[in-house]
Amino acid sequence: MASTPVVSSPTSLLPLRIEGLVKRFGELTAVDGITLELKSGECLGLLGPNGAGKSTLIRSIVGRVIPDAGTASVFGDPADSAGARAALGWVPQELALYPKLTCRENLESFGQFHGLRGAALKTAVEWCLDWAALTDRAQEPVKNLSGGMKRRLNMAAGLIHRPQVILMDEPTVGVDPQARNRIFEMIEKLRSEGVSMIYTTHYMEEAERLCDRIAIIDHGRIIALGTKDELVRNAFASRSEVLARFENADDSVAAWVKQRGGIYENGMAQFTIEHATEIAGLLDAATKAGHDLADISLRKPNLESVFLHLTGRELRD
Amino acid sequence: MIFPIVRTALIALRRDRGALALSFILPIGFFTIFAVIFGGRHDTTPKVSLLVVDEDHSATSQSLIRGLEREGSLSVARRPAPKQGVEQPEYTAATAEAAVKAGTAPVTLIVPHGFGENPISFGAPNPNQPTIQLLKDSSDMIAPQVIAGLLQKVAMTSMPDVMTEQGSKYMDKYAGGFTPEQKKRIDAGLEALRQRESAESGGQQTAPADPNRGMPIAVTTRDVVGENKNNPMVSFYAAAIGVMFLLFTASGAGGSLLDEAESGTLDRVLSSRVTMGTLMAGKLCYCVLLAFSQLVVMFVWAWLVFKLDFLPHIPGFVVMGLSTAFAVGAFGMLLASICRTRAQLGPLSTLVILLMSSIGGSMFPRFLMPEAMQKAGLLTINAWAIDGFTKVFWRDEPISHLWPQVLVLLGVGVVLFAIARRLARRWEYS
Repeated sequence: MASTPVVSSPTSLLPLRIEGLVKRFGELTAVDGITLELKSGECLGLLGPNGAGKSTLIRSIVGRVIPDAGTASVFGDPADSAGARAALGWVPQELALYPKLTCRENLESFGQFHGLRGAALKTAVEWCLDWAALTDRAQEPVKNLSGGMKRRLNMAAGLIHRPQVILMDEPTVGVDPQARNRIFEMIEKLRSEGVSMIYTTHYMEEAERLCDRIAIIDHGRIIALGTKDELVRNAFASRSEVLARFENADDSVAAWVKQRGGIYENGMAQFTIEHATEIAGLLDAATKAGHDLADISLRKPNLESVFLHLTGRELRD
Repeated sequence: MIFPIVRTALIALRRDRGALALSFILPIGFFTIFAVIFGGRHDTTPKVSLLVVDEDHSATSQSLIRGLEREGSLSVARRPAPKQGVEQPEYTAATAEAAVKAGTAPVTLIVPHGFGENPISFGAPNPNQPTIQLLKDSSDMIAPQVIAGLLQKVAMTSMPDVMTEQGSKYMDKYAGGFTPEQKKRIDAGLEALRQRESAESGGQQTAPADPNRGMPIAVTTRDVVGENKNNPMVSFYAAAIGVMFLLFTASGAGGSLLDEAESGTLDRVLSSRVTMGTLMAGKLCYCVLLAFSQLVVMFVWAWLVFKLDFLPHIPGFVVMGLSTAFAVGAFGMLLASICRTRAQLGPLSTLVILLMSSIGGSMFPRFLMPEAMQKAGLLTINAWAIDGFTKVFWRDEPISHLWPQVLVLLGVGVVLFAIARRLARRWEYS
């Protein structure tokens, strides 16, 4: 096994600081004044539905998008400076690899693009192959790899220069659960080495498992930021969620749910209650209103509930 | 079911601006180019350049040359073009031969001393008749034959006094008085002519025919360029075909930019230390290397298989090869930068390259084209590259004589690359 590279000690400056970032594409405001700080050794999740502006924010940080307003700095350097480029590692959502080159050749190329040469390059390539569990497929052309292997190599290629700050843009898109778990293990290993990371996803469970703090992003704005517990507490305090499905999901049900202070989305009603005893009253009121319940459950709120609570929409809409 | 299929295809076409442009705008563009070049012109037949050396300076030789100058299909020059407003001396046999070797004109006509004394003959060859010399560049297979034919025509039409005088002499010589003896001689002469005609019409091939037999003016033709070449046209075709395929290769190689942009690899590369300028320069170097390697393979093949005189010309080949590869590489980068997708690049590059190759001389020699087309050809990389390789392999010219071609190719390369770099800004940032 290759030796574990040493991650440079972060300076006293914040690994990443974003202030008032705005990016518009014509009429569409993809990023709408986002301010964010990434602490040293932290994994910050950007949780939001497709089109929320997560990727645009990431691309602004790596200098692939010029913001209309605001700044992003990496350890105090402007994001598009040479210093920031050296400190930043980007894992794009796309499989940004050379399909006809082997795994090793891909890593060597991207290492050279980052200025690595000789022994340093060789060490970095070996580390990446080992980290991505691709050592035995090193000579395999990328086009012959499975989807999960390509994803892992895609991640490794973004880390070849051993950056201190890593931006991962939905690295598990399109992979099966088994391959996803393997990716989680890779990320957890990185975390144990103390790198700082921004991780974008629209999978609540990924954010819950991997991230210290989570920023919920929607329509280009951060609508909530904190640890998972903080987010839930801020949205629900000590309340619980009641999820109810009705036999006849029609407009009258939706109107009744709204009248009772609930949220009706995709045939499912969501109510928040202080105590479990309130469920009986809810059932009674539904019966009196002539709406037959098909199913009812009580659950502790999670990030999905928070998102629904804050936006009125489900995370995967 | 056919209607929805057609409708779907039409909607897709309407939303693909590139495909729309290729379908409707590009053909109009091509048509316009040709219409502008040839529109309203009726004299599209190429003129043949002819250098003339008058060593006789007789009234007869002047009359012949004036007759040639009046020919609409010839462009006759007695002296080089003025230099800095100073008129140059008339061509001599030596300077005219050098001019043919340098490619100034495909043929030189030398009217020898004594031509005016005995300009034409009828019937049997006259050993006393001075012979006009045609010095030709055999890479142009058409011009010498055109000139040889026109020369006889001009002799017939532009020198009536000479024709009359010579006819009288012949009458006096062969039929004066029509004595029995003279009649016998005329009959014998006619019989000999009949026998010759009969032999020819019967298809009997005995010996190579005398090209001057039956012609009023005696002409000898001599190759002054390429006379010692093993396989004279191979170098031309190696360059012509080579450049055309180089353009295709460079277009494909430049297209890797589009592949990388579409896959997201370009974004990743540009997020590293690599800048767009560095990336483009790297891609250009790759295109140049690939194109030059392709030329090497092509010419080595021509050397091994078709006996092209390659080894003595390696320095010139390297100079021309690198210049051509640079221009072609930059052209490939420009095409890739213009297009939005690989799908656009394919048809666009095919059309542009075929157009360039057809007017630039890669498909057939430019000297066979109308004058306007020959001039239009100078707008292509093909023409300059082929001219340069022809200088090296055909005319055996020194490297120092390649400067016009090298300068143009390098200049074109720089300009095309600069435009490509400017267009590539769209990939730099969103």
